Amino acid sequence: MKIDFPHRQFAHCESGVTANLFNYHGLPCSEAMAFGIGAGLFFAYAPFIKINFLPLTTYRTAPGSIFKKTTRRLGIKVARRKYRDPKVAEAELDQLLQSGRPVGAQTGVFWLPFFPPAYRFHFNGHNLIVIGKEGDDYLISDPIFEETVRCSAADLLKARFAKGALAPKGKIYSIEKMPERVDLPEAIEAGIREVCRTMLKTPLPMVGVRGIRLLARQLAKWPEKLGEKQTILHLGHVIRMQEEIGTGGGGFRFIYAAFLQEAAEVLQNDKLIGLSQRCTEVGDLWRDFALTASRVCKGRETVQDSFDGLAAQLYQCADREEALFTDLRAAIGR
Amino acid sequence: MKKEDVPQQGGLNAGAREVSYAVDSNGRYILESSVGWEAKNIALSQAWEEIVDQLRDVIAAIKAGKKSPLAYYMVKSQMDPALLAQYCGIARWRVKRHLKPAVFAKLSDSDLTPYAELLGVSVERLRTVPDEPPLTEFDHSEKENS
Repeated sequence: MKIDFPHRQFAHCESGVTANLFNYHGLPCSEAMAFGIGAGLFFAYAPFIKINFLPLTTYRTAPGSIFKKTTRRLGIKVARRKYRDPKVAEAELDQLLQSGRPVGAQTGVFWLPFFPPAYRFHFNGHNLIVIGKEGDDYLISDPIFEETVRCSAADLLKARFAKGALAPKGKIYSIEKMPERVDLPEAIEAGIREVCRTMLKTPLPMVGVRGIRLLARQLAKWPEKLGEKQTILHLGHVIRMQEEIGTGGGGFRFIYAAFLQEAAEVLQNDKLIGLSQRCTEVGDLWRDFALTASRVCKGRETVQDSFDGLAAQLYQCADREEALFTDLRAAIGR
Repeated sequence: MKKEDVPQQGGLNAGAREVSYAVDSNGRYILESSVGWEAKNIALSQAWEEIVDQLRDVIAAIKAGKKSPLAYYMVKSQMDPALLAQYCGIARWRVKRHLKPAVFAKLSDSDLTPYAELLGVSVERLRTVPDEPPLTEFDHSEKENS
């Protein structure tokens, strides 16, 4: 049994899943648009949360929030469930597929056999769409892969019940009902306003533009505080969070720039074209940072000079983003 | 990032291609396929080198009689006792005890079954440890650089 599902490859899992599901249910939507309406852009440096035993640096909001916010802002009705019992979770997934509905699922990457081995870490916020079942294999549309993939029922169940941080607890979601009409401009503006607010006004030092500056300050102290080996590992981890599969490059800044470009057309707002270009420039700055950082990692230089230089690059990113989001909020108004 | 600047530096992604956002000559955003980027490859291979280092250390500790073979399989699957305990439904203090060679030696096959099932290896294999970390399992760079 296989649902006729148009698979499209995208850069990021959750916004790709969202866009592909909307598309299937009759609302043409790009990944960038889903990412923007869902206010996916973010920054936080939270050293007390560990991923693979290293401090969390994130360039996007928590898993699940993009889908939640896009559907809410567009008035789409969603069915969502978590499970305690894997057997029930599997039976209900099969039932939904039987009724001809594609189902989104949160999974742990570590257990998914179709991932390149080098990418299989314990990260539990990965989203994919189950589009069918043949024998003991599920057919899956995972937006970060070129083609649809297959996965054995046992492996998918393990992935759905992955343990540790962000444990998915078998979470699945699907679209129940599309609205008669959607108010795209309103949803876009709400998404933009939220990103500006979180990036500029969150009253926590580790979030938004302040979070970037916090990372810059702390990073400059790493060589002295952590010793050579840990310093290099910490730095490598920041690069991976920023650039690895799923960010679209530059820690999601390029996806967001693409969204602003689309938004300019929908809202008939030419200011957004210039802001999109500035967002691209910020993404380029983040790429420069990643490149410099990777060379520091490769050369194993923990000399203070190179870390002061990296911190300076981060301060520059923070300043540019602060100006960008201030102007963006002004361009949207209210 | 411009379309022509999308990096094509193959690495550890075993032939999988991902898409990047880039700007074409008209300033429009497009999705461009990429096989990888130097910066990412460095960061990713560094993370794996670290795991291989840890495996070497744990093999040495097991040979020296300080840890049980279970420690090797725990590190290999990038877990700590807490995560392994959650996955197997065994209390964390018991997992920690099973990491001691003397305790591990007395465990029956049925005690080890939850671990074996989780990690997809046989119980017999759980009792043995290789002399060297399995480098080939992680390193796909040579195949892909062609």
